[in-house]
Amino acid sequence: MSKELLDIKDLVVEFPSRHGDVTAAKDVNLTVSAGEILGVVGESGAGKSTIGNAVVGLLERPGRVGGGEVFLEGEQIIGKSQAELRKIRGKRIGMIFQDPLTSLNPLETIASQLIGTIQTHLDLSDADARERAISLLDQVGIPDPSARVDHYPHQFSGGMRQRVVIALALCAEPDVILADEPTTALDVSIQAQILDLLKKLVREKGVGMIIITHDMGVIAEVADRVAVMYRGVVVETGPTAKILGNPDHPYSRSLISAVPRPDVRLHRFPVVESIEAAGECKELDLNTHWLGKARDFGKSDGPLLKVDNLEMIFKSGGMFGGGKSEVRAVDNVSFDIRDGECFGIVGESGSGKSTIARLVTSIYKVAGGSINFAGTDLTKIKKRRELNVHRRQMQMIFQDPFSSVNSRMKVRDIIAEPIRFHKLTSSEAETRQIVDDLLDHVGLGAKAAVKFPHEFSGGQRQRISIARALATRPRFLICDEPTSALDVSIQAQILNLLKDLQEELGLTMMFISHDLPVIRQMCDRVGVMSKGKMVEIADTEELFKAPQHEYSKHLISLMPSYSGLMDRDAGQAEAS
Amino acid sequence: MSDISSEAPSFITRFRESDLWYNFKRSPGAMIAAFLTFVIVFGAVFANFVAPHNPFDLATVDLFDGLLPPAWEADGKATYLLGTDDQGRDVFSTILYGSRISLIVGFASVGFAAVLGIAVGLISGYAGGIVDSFLMRVADVQLSFPAILIALLIDGIARGVMPRDVHDELAVYVLVVAIGLSFWVQYARTVRSSVMVERNKEYVQAGQVIGLPDWIILIRHILPNVMGPVLVIATIQLALAVITEATLSFLGVGVPPTSPSLGTLIRIGNDYLFSGEWWITIFPGVALVVLVLSVNILGDWLRDALNPKLR
Amino acid sequence: MFKFVSMRLLQSIVVMLVVGLIAFALFRFVGDPINNMVGQDTTLEEREALTESLGLNDPFIVQYGRFVANAVQGDFGMSYRLRQPVSGLIAERFPATLELSLVSAVLALVLGVPMGIYTALKPKSFFSRSFMTISLMGVSLPTFLIGILLILFFGVTLRWLPTFGRGEVVELGWWSTGFLTSSGLKSIILPAITLAVFQMTLIVRLVRAEMLEVLRTDYIKFAHARGLSPRLINFSIALRNTLVPVITIIGLQVGSIIAFAIITESVFQWPGMGLLFIQAVSEVDIPVMAAYLLLIAFVFVVINLIVDILYFVVDPRLRVQS
Repeated sequence: MSKELLDIKDLVVEFPSRHGDVTAAKDVNLTVSAGEILGVVGESGAGKSTIGNAVVGLLERPGRVGGGEVFLEGEQIIGKSQAELRKIRGKRIGMIFQDPLTSLNPLETIASQLIGTIQTHLDLSDADARERAISLLDQVGIPDPSARVDHYPHQFSGGMRQRVVIALALCAEPDVILADEPTTALDVSIQAQILDLLKKLVREKGVGMIIITHDMGVIAEVADRVAVMYRGVVVETGPTAKILGNPDHPYSRSLISAVPRPDVRLHRFPVVESIEAAGECKELDLNTHWLGKARDFGKSDGPLLKVDNLEMIFKSGGMFGGGKSEVRAVDNVSFDIRDGECFGIVGESGSGKSTIARLVTSIYKVAGGSINFAGTDLTKIKKRRELNVHRRQMQMIFQDPFSSVNSRMKVRDIIAEPIRFHKLTSSEAETRQIVDDLLDHVGLGAKAAVKFPHEFSGGQRQRISIARALATRPRFLICDEPTSALDVSIQAQILNLLKDLQEELGLTMMFISHDLPVIRQMCDRVGVMSKGKMVEIADTEELFKAPQHEYSKHLISLMPSYSGLMDRDAGQAEAS
Repeated sequence: MSDISSEAPSFITRFRESDLWYNFKRSPGAMIAAFLTFVIVFGAVFANFVAPHNPFDLATVDLFDGLLPPAWEADGKATYLLGTDDQGRDVFSTILYGSRISLIVGFASVGFAAVLGIAVGLISGYAGGIVDSFLMRVADVQLSFPAILIALLIDGIARGVMPRDVHDELAVYVLVVAIGLSFWVQYARTVRSSVMVERNKEYVQAGQVIGLPDWIILIRHILPNVMGPVLVIATIQLALAVITEATLSFLGVGVPPTSPSLGTLIRIGNDYLFSGEWWITIFPGVALVVLVLSVNILGDWLRDALNPKLR
Repeated sequence: MFKFVSMRLLQSIVVMLVVGLIAFALFRFVGDPINNMVGQDTTLEEREALTESLGLNDPFIVQYGRFVANAVQGDFGMSYRLRQPVSGLIAERFPATLELSLVSAVLALVLGVPMGIYTALKPKSFFSRSFMTISLMGVSLPTFLIGILLILFFGVTLRWLPTFGRGEVVELGWWSTGFLTSSGLKSIILPAITLAVFQMTLIVRLVRAEMLEVLRTDYIKFAHARGLSPRLINFSIALRNTLVPVITIIGLQVGSIIAFAIITESVFQWPGMGLLFIQAVSEVDIPVMAAYLLLIAFVFVVINLIVDILYFVVDPRLRVQS
C-alpha cells in the first residue's frame, strides 16, 4: 500500500451528558493514502461524523477526544493547540459539509470568501489570490468563473454552491479532504455530478479523501475502500468490492442485504438481523376483527382513483410587491390507479409528486382538473362533512416520522383520534381495545399506547403513523416517501410491513418516492414526474428495462449499479 | 384489562423526571429567584394575616407616628420595622398590600395580553393571506410604539371618557386593559411564527387527512405545540407589566394613592427624598426590584432550559 | 432600489394616515371639544355658532381631511389646558427632548453593542458574567427608580450634579441648546444616564442573542474548518451577519428612547415634550396628546425608513437578484 497520509489509531470520542459519558466513537482505526477514497458508512447514531470533527479539533461541546492518536503524514496531531490546528485545517486537511445552502457566508461574495481563505494559508498578493480563486472555480466546474466569482452565494443553485464549497476546501491544496455527507442534500442527478467531480479531484491531485455517508450507493460509486461503523465501532474495513460482495461481519451483512436492489424485484426484503428490536407483528383474524369489517366497499367498474388534467399553481408573492412569480407545481397530470394495485410516483425534489398526494387528499385545493375516487369527483364536493365520507377511505403516511405525529399526545390518543372523530366504534372501551390491537398488529405492542412519541425511534414512530392510517379502515393508502428519513435496515422493515398490510387488507396504494430501487421493490406500475409533468407511465418492470422518455432514461442511468452486490441467498447460506 | 398497571406515569412523576426539573435543581440562581418570588407572592396574597398593621384602616393609623425612620435608626419604633410614611402608615405593611395590587395588575394584564395575543397569533398564522397581512400590519404599527406610550394613551382616553371618581375606582381595570392592550403584540408575533412552522408539519396534514375541522386542529394539535415560547414570554412580560404598572403609577396616571401599588408608594415617598426621609421611597423600590429581578431570572432560566440549543 | 424605497415611503404614508385617524378620533370623540373651549355660561346659540364655525357639523371624512391638512402644515389646534397653539408648545420643548434622547442613544449604543459582542464571544469569562448580571439588573430596575437612586446619590448625598431642569440654555435661532453651557452639560448627565441604562441593557441582551445564533451557523463552522483566524471569523463574518437583524432592533430601540424620555423628564423635571405629554394625559388635554402621538409616529416612520434602507445596503440578498 502507498504512503499513509492520515492514520487514525484507537480514537475515542466521548460526550459527557446527564446520564453519564456517551461514547460516540470507540477505538476507531482508519487510514487513508494519497489518491485513495475511503468510505465510512453507517446508520444514524453510528458516530461517523464525530470522527472527522475530532481529527481537526472541531468537536462540538461538550464532546472531547477520550484517547487514541491521529497521525498526519507521520505527525501526531491530537493534543495540538488550536493555533497549531488552525495551520492544519484548510491547509493540510480540507473539509466539505453536508448542506451547501448554509455552509457559505451569505453576505460575502464568493471571491471574497475564496481570497480570504487563500491568503490565510498562502502568501499571495490580492491579484494572484483572485486569479487562483478563479482557477479553482474553473477546476470545480463552474462555468464562466471570472464573472461568477463576484456573485453572492444566493445567486448559485444548490449543486453549484456545493462546488463552491469544494473550491473553498481546495484553496490551499490540502493533502487530505474529509467530506461529511457531501451529496445528501442534493438531488440524484446533481449528486452524480458532484461525486464525479470528487473522484476526478482525488485522482488528479493525489489527495486522500474520507467520505462519510449513510448511502450505500455513494460508497459503491466512489469508494476504494470501505469502513463500516456500528454504534461507534468500526466493525469491518476492506476493499469496496469485498464489503459489498462478501462482507464478513454480521452487521455489514444485514446492512447490505437491506439495501433495496435496483436490478431484480424481490417478493420481500430479506429479514434483517435485528438492529432495532421490532416486536412480533401479531396476527389478527380479519374475518372477525373490527379492522376486517366494513371492508366491502362495493365493486366499482373503473379504476379506484382516476385523476384527469390535474393542475396546481403556487403563487409566491414578491417580498416588496414586485417580482411575483407562479410555479406550476402540477401541470396537466392524468393517471389512474386500479383497485388493489400499488402505483408508484417517482421524481426528483420539486417535481410535484408530493403535491399530487396533497391534492388527492384535499389538503390543497386544485387549480383545475378532476379527481375521481370510487366514482365521485372529489373536487366538486363543497361540504367538509360529505368529503369526510371519502376521506375516511383514504389515508396517508408521511415522510418525516418526527413531525408526522403530534409529540404532545399519547400514542393511544394519536391512533384513536380518527376512530373517535368518525365515530367508528360504539364505546370508548372498544376504541381502546382496537388501538391496542392495531399497535400489536404493526409490531409495537399494546404497551406503547400510554407512552409519548418521543420515547420511540424514527422507525417505531413510522409504525405509529401506519397504525393511525389504518384506524379509519381505509381502502386507499398514500405513502409519501415513507422511508426516506429512515436508515436502510429500518426501511426494509417498514417496507415489508407495508407489503404485508397491503396483501392482507387488500389495500390500494399510491407510493411516492425519489428512490428508484425502492419503487422497483414496491410498485406494480410507475409514473415518472419531472417539473410538474408526468412524462411516462409504465409497468414497473418495463420502465426499468426499457424506459421510453428521455428523462426516465436519464433517471435510471443515475441509479447506483452496485456491481458485484452480495448475492443474498449465497451470503446467508455462508453465514449460517 | 391489564391497563391499570401499565398506565403512564402521573404528571408529577413525569415532571420530576423531566430535564426541566433536573435543570432547575442545578441552577442556584433560578432556585433563589423562585424562592424570593414565592415569598413576595405569599406575603402579598396573605397580606391581611402577614402584615403587622392595616395601613388603610384609619382607626389604627396614628398621624403622630408619621415619618418615623426604620426600627434600627435612633428615632425608630420597634412596631414599625421599616418606618412610617407621612400619614403614619407602616411602610412594611403598605409594601405587602402594595405588592398585592402590583401583582394583581401584573398577572391580570399578562393574562389578558396572552389570551388576546395567542388568539390573534393562531388565527393569523393558520389563516394566512389577507387576514394575516392585516393583523400583522396592525401589530407592526403598534409595535413601533413603546408599550408605556400606548398604556399612557389608553389611560388618557379612559380619563377623557369617564369622570374622575369613576376613573379612580376603576383604575386597576383601566391599567389591566391598558397594559394588556400594549403587550399582546409579542404573543401574537411569536405564536404566529410558531404556527406557521407547525402548520406545515405533517402531523397537521395528518389531521386534515382524517378530516378534522380547522378549529380542532388549531386547539388540540397546534396550540399545545406553541406554548413553550409563550410561557417564556409570559414570565418575562410579568416582570415588564409590574414595571409598567409601577411606572404609570409613579407618573401619577396609575393606581390612586387611596389603595397604593408599589409604584404609587414610590411616588408618594419621592416627595420626601430631599428632606431625608429616604425609607418611604427606597423600601418599596427594593421590594419592586427584588420582585422584578426574581421573575426576570426565572424567565431567563426558563428560556434557556426550554431551548437546549442555547446551552 | 428606487422601487423599494418608494414602496416603503408609500407604506409609511399609510401608517401616518392611520395614526392620524386615531389621533383625530381621539380629538373629536374623547370629551367634547366645545366644552373644553368655552366657559360654563356660554349660551346654546353661541355653542352652536362655534360648532358650525369650527366645522364640527361637517361629515366625518371632511373633518378628518381638514385635520390632516392642518397637521401637515403644523397646526394642531389649541391646548385646552394652556390655551396656546399646540405647535408652539411642542416646538418650544422639542430641542430639550431631542438633545436628551440623542445623548442617551449614543451612550446606549457605544456601550451596549461592544458589551453584547464581547459577552457572545467569551461567554464564560468573568467580564461577560458581570455584564450579564448588570444587564439583568438593568432590565429589572424601572427607569424612574434608576433616576431616583441617581438623584439620591449624586444630587442629595454628594451634591455633585443638578437634579432637575436643563440648566442654562443658549438660543440658536428657534433651537435652544444646553450643550454650550457648563450648567447645561452638567444637567444632562443624570437624565441621560437614567434614560440610557434600560436601553443599553436591552441592546446588550439582543446583540448577544443574535451573535450567539450566528456563531452556531454552518458557515461559521465551515470557516473554522478552513483554518481562518478567529479574528476574521468573529469580526468580519459573524459580526456582519449579526448586524443585519440588530439594525432593525436598534432602530426600534432608538425610537423608543424618545418615548421613554417621558419617564426621565418627569423624574428630572426636564422641560421636554414628554413632560408636556404626561401633564396632558393627567389633565385630558386632547389636542396635545393627539399632536404628540402624531409626532412620535412620524419619528418612528422616519427611523423605520432609515433602517429599511440600511438593511438594503447591508444584505446582498435584498440588493442582488438571484
